[in-house]
Amino acid sequence: MPARPKKSRARTHAPVRKPAPVSRSQGRKVYMVTGGVTKFAKAHPSMDFRLMVKRAYDYALKGIPNLTADRIDGTRISYFSDHFTRQLKAASMVQDYLGMNPKGSIRLEWGGATGGECFQAAYEAVASGRMDVCLGAGFETMSRVATWKGNEFIALASDTNFDFPLGGFYTGYYALMVIRHIYEYLRLGRFANVKDEREAQRLAIAEGSRIMSLVSVKNHLNALHNPYAQYPKRLTVDDVLNSEMISYPLTREQICTMSDGAATVVLCTEERAKEFTDRPIRVIGVGTGTDTMRLADRPFGKVPLMPHERPRDYADLRYPGVHSFRAGRAAGIEAYRMAGITNPNSQLDFIELHDAYASSEIQTYEDLGLCKYGEGYSFVERGDPFLKDIDYGFPVPRAGAIPVNPSGGLIACGHPVGATGLMQAVFAFWQLQGTVAKHFGDPALQLDHPKRGAIHSHAGTGSAVTVSILERGFR
Amino acid sequence: MTARPAVFSKFRDAQAELERSGAVLFRDADGVESLIIRFPYAINYIHSYAEDSPFFLGLAEGRLRGSKCRKPKCGFVYATPRSHCMVCGAPTEWIDLPPKGRLHSWTTCHFGSEAFLKETPYNLGMVEFDGVGSLLLVRLKDAVESDLYVGMPVEARFDPNPKYSITDVWFVPSR
Repeated sequence: MPARPKKSRARTHAPVRKPAPVSRSQGRKVYMVTGGVTKFAKAHPSMDFRLMVKRAYDYALKGIPNLTADRIDGTRISYFSDHFTRQLKAASMVQDYLGMNPKGSIRLEWGGATGGECFQAAYEAVASGRMDVCLGAGFETMSRVATWKGNEFIALASDTNFDFPLGGFYTGYYALMVIRHIYEYLRLGRFANVKDEREAQRLAIAEGSRIMSLVSVKNHLNALHNPYAQYPKRLTVDDVLNSEMISYPLTREQICTMSDGAATVVLCTEERAKEFTDRPIRVIGVGTGTDTMRLADRPFGKVPLMPHERPRDYADLRYPGVHSFRAGRAAGIEAYRMAGITNPNSQLDFIELHDAYASSEIQTYEDLGLCKYGEGYSFVERGDPFLKDIDYGFPVPRAGAIPVNPSGGLIACGHPVGATGLMQAVFAFWQLQGTVAKHFGDPALQLDHPKRGAIHSHAGTGSAVTVSILERGFR
Repeated sequence: MTARPAVFSKFRDAQAELERSGAVLFRDADGVESLIIRFPYAINYIHSYAEDSPFFLGLAEGRLRGSKCRKPKCGFVYATPRSHCMVCGAPTEWIDLPPKGRLHSWTTCHFGSEAFLKETPYNLGMVEFDGVGSLLLVRLKDAVESDLYVGMPVEARFDPNPKYSITDVWFVPSR
């Protein structure tokens, strides 16, 4: 790694923290050997959270004769909101429904990143030597209240003194972020020469909205081949732009929905992995990052750089402000370092990332270093995150360069919060195993021998993000 | 032994009983029946603003207060107040924010959570102030979606009948 330039050590009012050092002792090698997902749906009235998890658990164990309940040393169980479940300690009820007592268990909650945290908690249980085989299970039942009450519950994950009473609406917070993102990178970018300020901003927002719609079309269309997805559909850019305005400029089709669903993963040591499968997938990197709960408190400092970036790339950028997710950047840096990734574009074959909003998918490309800050919109237009063999209805010249959300992502699959990060792990696992056709009953989304993929889970306005890197562990 | 309550006789008509209680029997595509009931849940929290209290008391007096780190070497100024500095950890002191600022970002919400649906559409704005290191999230009034832009000069207004909420202050376009 190049030495840190002295300039960046200069005192600044904005807190600039060095990325967390990666422990020299990374513990034992950890493998994912199986996973399961329920179909994500608006509502599963005939299954409560215990039965959903049980279904995803049974699916995971099916076809692996050596992997029986007695081989599992303990669990990590995640769900986001006790409000939604109307059952506190619901993780205990999952534990006993699965017949796991008296084995050890920990419940995880970290807003929208709950599932991603659960995956990493299961990873740590194995890496640390505490368990040889750990089950990670997550769920959410969001159908138990009306959509707008659900939005209220979610918004209680914003500061209840200063933020919630203004409208209690997460889509509003992400709209504030994307308006600034568009200002920084489109108004001051491709519309820099427009003299009239308000006209320039109007043009920039229209351009940003159009490009966000390309992302929405991509994810909904990919999901047509994913039987687990909640809202697979063929849309045009105009369909997306003309769908209901929710919080300007975000329209309904640019936003994920609430869901009922569950997902499970089984992580274990190398020795156990050999007993369970001849297609194990190794977890080669984990990273987490955080940021202030209140958007208003985000600093205006310097960009923490990835190995393939230079300080001059961002000489004038005040970071993260409210336009980017510093937590995502920190999580990416930590995970990439651990995995030995110096250029994600060439070393990753795909990414399943947390596209709760089409805007946050574009912001996340930049956080994860798939393109530089400011290049997210062109990255979409060039087609890099699209799949090669799918007709999106518009040209995608570089399709297949680095597919993002080949499964359809949150926008099309749904977002049962505590399950979402684990769902990404399961989809990434099937990709790397080469078993998408078997599990989806459709080969369309299977990439050609992917070697390495990343999953990315994200909590409220980027207040917490996890990134995990998975790699094929067989020839 | 007491007599069987008369109410039990109603159970002979299960469907009528379901309807009376507001419950429904849902049958899914596989023919699985699920009994769905209503479960009302209301609560009044005893919520203390604690160390943030002077901010909300200030709004009732028409004062918009931020906070400033007491450590001279740091001196970070917060638009959204906090009692300890996030940069250096030192205690902060209360300051008055400038009466006017600029929009750092904005949106118009056409929906909101249930409690706020009746107020839609409403505008949110993040306000930046000269000499202040962080932002303040507020409601924007006297402006519609097409009026708003990044950099727009705005100024504070206060509710003469304070509710002791962040909505006691809002911003309007500066004239």
